[in-house]
Amino acid sequence: MTQYLIRRLLIAIPSLLGISVILFTVLALAPGDPFEELATNPAIPPEVRQQLRASLGMDDPIHIRYFSWLAAMLRGEWGYSFVSRIPVDDLILQRLPTTIAVIGASQVLALCIALPVGVYSATRPYSIFDQIANTLAFIGFSLPTFFTGLLFILFFSIYLDWLPFVYNANINATGWKWWWEQIRQSIMPVAVLGLFQGAAWTRYVRSAVLDVIRLDHVTTARAKGLPESRITMRHVVRNAMIPVVTLVALQMPAVFGGAIVTEQIFRVPGIGSLLISAILANDTPVIMAVTFVLSALVIFFNLVADILYGWLDPRISYR
Amino acid sequence: MSAPRLLEIAGLKVHFKTDDGWVRAVDGVDIGVDAGETLCVVGESGCGKTVTAKTILKLIDMPPGRIVAGSITWQGRDLVPMTGAQMRAIRTKQIGFIFQEPMTSLNPVYTVGEQIAEAVRMHEGLSRRAAMDRAAEMLSLVHIPNAARRVHDYPHQFSGGMRQRVMIAMALSCNPKLIIADEPTTALDVTIQAQILDLMNEMKEKLGTAILLITHAMGVVAETAQRVVVMYAGKVVEEAPVGPLFATPRHPYTQGLIRSIPRLDLAATEHKRLEAIPGTVPSLLDPPPGCRFAARCRFAQAECRSAEPPLRELATGHKVACHFAESIAA
Amino acid sequence: MAGSIPASATASPAAASRPRVGPWKEAWRRFRKHRLAVVSAVVLAMLVLAVLIGPLVWRVPIDEIDFTARLAGPSWEHPLGTDDLGQDLLARMLYGGRISLAVGVTAMFVAVGLGVLIGSIAGMAGGKLDAALMWVTDLFLSLPQLPVLLLIIYLFRDSLKDVVGPEMGVFILIVTVIGLFNWMPVARLVRAQFFSLREKEFVEAARALGASRIRLVVRHILPNALGPVIVAATIDVAAAIIAESTLSFLGLGFPPDIPTWGRLLFDAKDNLDFAPHWALFPGLAIFLAVVTINFVGDGLRDALDPRRVQ
Repeated sequence: MTQYLIRRLLIAIPSLLGISVILFTVLALAPGDPFEELATNPAIPPEVRQQLRASLGMDDPIHIRYFSWLAAMLRGEWGYSFVSRIPVDDLILQRLPTTIAVIGASQVLALCIALPVGVYSATRPYSIFDQIANTLAFIGFSLPTFFTGLLFILFFSIYLDWLPFVYNANINATGWKWWWEQIRQSIMPVAVLGLFQGAAWTRYVRSAVLDVIRLDHVTTARAKGLPESRITMRHVVRNAMIPVVTLVALQMPAVFGGAIVTEQIFRVPGIGSLLISAILANDTPVIMAVTFVLSALVIFFNLVADILYGWLDPRISYR
Repeated sequence: MSAPRLLEIAGLKVHFKTDDGWVRAVDGVDIGVDAGETLCVVGESGCGKTVTAKTILKLIDMPPGRIVAGSITWQGRDLVPMTGAQMRAIRTKQIGFIFQEPMTSLNPVYTVGEQIAEAVRMHEGLSRRAAMDRAAEMLSLVHIPNAARRVHDYPHQFSGGMRQRVMIAMALSCNPKLIIADEPTTALDVTIQAQILDLMNEMKEKLGTAILLITHAMGVVAETAQRVVVMYAGKVVEEAPVGPLFATPRHPYTQGLIRSIPRLDLAATEHKRLEAIPGTVPSLLDPPPGCRFAARCRFAQAECRSAEPPLRELATGHKVACHFAESIAA
Repeated sequence: MAGSIPASATASPAAASRPRVGPWKEAWRRFRKHRLAVVSAVVLAMLVLAVLIGPLVWRVPIDEIDFTARLAGPSWEHPLGTDDLGQDLLARMLYGGRISLAVGVTAMFVAVGLGVLIGSIAGMAGGKLDAALMWVTDLFLSLPQLPVLLLIIYLFRDSLKDVVGPEMGVFILIVTVIGLFNWMPVARLVRAQFFSLREKEFVEAARALGASRIRLVVRHILPNALGPVIVAATIDVAAAIIAESTLSFLGLGFPPDIPTWGRLLFDAKDNLDFAPHWALFPGLAIFLAVVTINFVGDGLRDALDPRRVQ
């Protein structure tokens, strides 16, 4: 297992480097000067800007610039926001917990939908339940998150007036009341993301379980005289989780994309909405850093998925 | 039939629903197994022998499968009307099952010990520790070296032959009275095949377990069986003790099967060519009336195509389903 | 083997006795069995027709400002209501739909073209080049697409606008970038097809007859990869439509004078409480387009993907 872990880690590092090359290439190919903002700032004379460029190595050859950029990125020296003049890492650290909390809660919700529905559908293929669940899942992942978000706001905030539609980062309350408000304002963003992911995963779980249920070892389990519930849990679902983990890992980029949209709709102060506002304000250091952090998070979750995969499948880790 | 048999299948019909209609995979089969004997069921693929074997423990998928008629009497009780819970108490505890594909019949994510122990704990109520000890004991019984250590290994760490030994250990783990083995050697190398057959014979001698062995290979039959049932297109065509069956096969299909065995003892100069049975198995969707073998039988008469031959006893324990069994002796 | 699936094993002679039909007829027979796919195909066809012919029939200009009819709900005069400038939403949606669907289809072609190219190179070359290309494919699969999309659009939007004008500039940029992030599944499919077909007899025979490599690919291998690629391409159209709408919804796609469905939603989202229709209709249009394309893709998978049929 340790060997397997080390191997996966060694694969993750080049991926991170590869992504950094792509990001840097995009940045380097971009026309215009990322320091244009400084140029339009009358408080900074051109000579100072020239010096700043030189001190940042903007005039060095490209590969040197890449390495110094990468080193800075890895050390967390992401510069200052053009807009708020706050260090970018502070900005991101401020926002990251909210994003992680919303994504985490929505993934738990997605899992709570996908596992039971997918397994139940697969054990009764082509039954009424399966057909309805399948159709709903199809509709669920064809509904873009931005539209479900608006529908939720229309229905739950405007029509029923049950839930607030703007997320408030500084709730003016304490104790259980604070928690209550926190939960109330998190319901819609979490539900929008969770339902979308849940729909996609339901299909994965269903098809994975359908694949496993036909296998010979399930008949062996039945021949042993095990009850159906134990066969389903221990010999079908347990094995079906192996391909599902891979598919879920492949979905991670989409999950972050969905989080950006959701945060934007409900004004959740996470790094997704930070990214959008930075883009609208031409705040290049923040944009670069957020994109880099999101890429690193995806790689990190892929690594987690790999570990999970190795833990689920002894054929992988015992080699 | 004097003493009640261990297992008595009578008039069993198992049909499968498909897009094109009902396939009559097993269409009126009678098979009996006595305690401590080895009975071989032999026939081509698709003749219904595997379905018959799996139906005994209700391991076929229902639907699409359905037991249309017949009874499966196990130690005096009919299994057909039994509930799921009653069937589970019989599986492995009283009747063990060995599958054709050792490579895929074990769950890859659990150790072999866990998989054997699972059945033991289920049926004997042993503790986890005691069940693992039993698993190790069973592995050494089937001659897996270092059994105490290998219980903690995963299936992929075993070869095909070793996995089949594990399957045998699992089938025997609760000391059943009967083991059903569905082509247990078909997927294995020839040398390993012999070892597995030897092991099964040894277990039978040691534990007194009866064996119902499903196979398509006459060689396997000769090596293991006391009695043989020959199936063709969902029906039993001949049943006999192994000696008479090979010496005086009565049904033209059995004769064909025996003639298709390659023989090393005949010199090449005798110019006896290996014979194959011409034609193919009829569709079980809509089987022809009369004898199902008629279309491929060189002795077939008009009667064979209209009237179905009943299974009749020609000599003690030797039954055959052919109108002209007396006149066409090999 | 025969024992484990007795029903199909014994039924196969009967299935073979069914009259033999051509592969396309057989595919059509299987597609028809997927009822939702057939319904979706009809709805999708109607949607496309509406967008193509609609503006010719409904001749209300998309930018006619009428402050007396601001944020009006559906009426005979404006069947889908109006926006905050009193512009007719039906006209805007019909026109914007052309762009939305055009982006979807064009981006799909970019993605499929790139995928076929990279997949063919990897499949033909094998060895180190193949390993490198597959590494890049995996890398692109683990890129967080939306942030990178946003980054690229942010960095390149203005300069491209200067070169080819705002509309074409944004269109080219969005189509290229979306295509650039969706080629991976197709590349994998094509490569897999290469590896499974490379040793097949007819390819060997063609090679023995001296067919050139390009010819081999174009005439023998790609047609065999066609089924799965068509399925992937269909799904890609839906993905591209969603991607474009997402960008526009975030305010980073098309400018306001090109009312794609996503852009309409972006403009509508701050007026949800006064004019829900403004958001509902474009949202429904996106949903309808995506869900029907996905269902058609599912039906095509049943019809064309041999892995599922076997």
